[in-house]
Amino acid sequence: MTTTGRSALLGAALLGLVVIAVLSVGIGAHAIAPGEVVRALLGEGNPSDRAVVLDIRMPRAVLATAVGAALAVGGVLVQALSRNALAEPGVLGVTAGAGFAIAVGSSFGLAASAPAELGLAVLGALGASALVYAVGSRSPLRLVLAGTALSAVLLGLTLGLRLLFPETFDVYRFWSVGSLAGREQAPTTVPLLIIGLSLLGAFAVSRQLNAIALGETVAHTLGANVARVRTVTLLLITLLAGAATALAGPILFVGLIVPHLARRVAGASIPWLIAFAALLGPVLMLAADVGSRVLLPTGEVPVAIVTAFLGGPVLIWAVRKYGAAPL
Amino acid sequence: MNSVSTLVLRRGRFSARLERRTLWFFVAMIVVIAGLTLLGLCYGAAWASPARVFAALTGSGGGPGVVIREWRLPRVLAGLVFGAALGLAGAIFQNITRNPLGSPDVIGLDAGAYTGALFAITVLSGTSTQLTVGSVLGGVLTAAIVYALSLGGGLSGLRLIVIGIAINAMLTALNSWIVLRAELEIAIAAVGWNAGSLNGVGWDDVAIPFGVLAVLFAVLFTRAPALHQAALGGALAVTTGVRWDRLRLVLVLLGVGCTATVTAVAGPIAFIALAAPQIGRRLARTPGISLLPAALTGAVLLTSADLAAQMLLAPEALPVGVVSTVIGGGYLIWLLTKEVRRT
Repeated sequence: MTTTGRSALLGAALLGLVVIAVLSVGIGAHAIAPGEVVRALLGEGNPSDRAVVLDIRMPRAVLATAVGAALAVGGVLVQALSRNALAEPGVLGVTAGAGFAIAVGSSFGLAASAPAELGLAVLGALGASALVYAVGSRSPLRLVLAGTALSAVLLGLTLGLRLLFPETFDVYRFWSVGSLAGREQAPTTVPLLIIGLSLLGAFAVSRQLNAIALGETVAHTLGANVARVRTVTLLLITLLAGAATALAGPILFVGLIVPHLARRVAGASIPWLIAFAALLGPVLMLAADVGSRVLLPTGEVPVAIVTAFLGGPVLIWAVRKYGAAPL
Repeated sequence: MNSVSTLVLRRGRFSARLERRTLWFFVAMIVVIAGLTLLGLCYGAAWASPARVFAALTGSGGGPGVVIREWRLPRVLAGLVFGAALGLAGAIFQNITRNPLGSPDVIGLDAGAYTGALFAITVLSGTSTQLTVGSVLGGVLTAAIVYALSLGGGLSGLRLIVIGIAINAMLTALNSWIVLRAELEIAIAAVGWNAGSLNGVGWDDVAIPFGVLAVLFAVLFTRAPALHQAALGGALAVTTGVRWDRLRLVLVLLGVGCTATVTAVAGPIAFIALAAPQIGRRLARTPGISLLPAALTGAVLLTSADLAAQMLLAPEALPVGVVSTVIGGGYLIWLLTKEVRRT
């Protein structure tokens, strides 16, 4: 596909993101027309609508956008780094680490508030990925195996804690189904900032990742510092996936499927992949969030369940139609 | 040089070429298995000396003998046989897909069994028969769906894995939602079943599964040479005379059969199918994923995990799945660190 074609598609994806963002702010228990949404954002219109839009729906849409972009771009980076089309950000142990920290914290009665849960999740994510990197930094395959193995260990320990302490079980089962409901009320500034900066960082390393994708020797001759790019990329993946998991709990499917979809239009170019993923991830998350609010008349379906049932069939369709794209 | 590190065994038409290292691996594994079996028979609420265990096995000895014969023996054997079955199932799927992630728990079989069991627990009354039937049906149905969806696109193993991962993600989401909406006690019971456990397994529970697994093992070993050829890749296997499409179906059926049989009795015991083939390959230094090392490693992993589960918080018995994931994962990390240091 030509650069012009890709640019046009990127513009279309951006437009789609804006449309679905406005829709997601309008749709809910109290429906607000798109025109009213825009007016409320400009500080006009009916005060009760304005309150709903500015205090509840808007922060939630921002959250969904950030989480979607973080997971999707994290997925692109981890697949490029591990050269494995099946890798998702969780493969480095980030999610299992966050969950383990939540389980340990709640066993000691530390996970009682939203900020505490957020802090625990970030700590766990960072610790786990540091360990995985220490063991597996030498080769992509080893990185994936080490991440899978550490995840299993942490999941096993978490399972033990859950079965021993009913309270931990209860905290964990609500945390472990990723959801955006009520999460906009937690202090989200720091994680959102982390995601924003990491996304910029992803664009900054994307050209060098492109060089590494050609093989290490070629990358060296092209002037890329392979070891440093790898370390920076791993740090970015950890920050993106860790912040997203801290904000919304484990929503991993987005990180697997959006890179696959983006590859259909972006080909193998990593800068383009990141650009498309950064737009398509939010689109998927916002659509899933709308779905989570309207699917059941009795209450909300957690958004992670909607993303799984939205993303799963799409992934199966894509694999059947195009084959499992190797990197 | 070659004659020192390899052995060739011949008997009539049959011959086998063994690396010395592989031979030592088999000997060591058999010793370990014997030791674990003895330990499993000795250990319990009351320690029985090895002499007493031998007396009980030969039929004499009153009270403690009954405990050893009727309670401990079936449990130890279940650990060995089920562990071997899980290791074989993992080896089958990793060979078919040629990917270390190809394992029944990665492609959704365990999640499907869990969905069936959750249905039995939350909608029906959750008797043990309903649990067994529900989990087997759930696992087999999931396998059929994954297999059917992955057909028709040539011989790609990656395709089967990606589709399996997609189905697995959907089922896992569904399962955690059911757990989320259930009463706390019911939810804990369901998660406990899902962890996988050999607690309270007796002769009545294992007699039929042992029979089924014996048949599956026998069929599998007649297919072993073709399986190892297939590990070179589907296309290459076809050119060397393997009927790959039919072989793949038979192998998937065998793998699903092994997994479902174990799950029906003990619940989905995670990670052994994923780890055993990889660990066995590294220990035995076989070039690819071979069946026998995977089976032996699986048996050792599950039996030692079950012993640890009984000992760790005694008298409280942990589900073996908790320990198996920790042991299997930890061991894999250790192996990887060793390789890192060597390079």
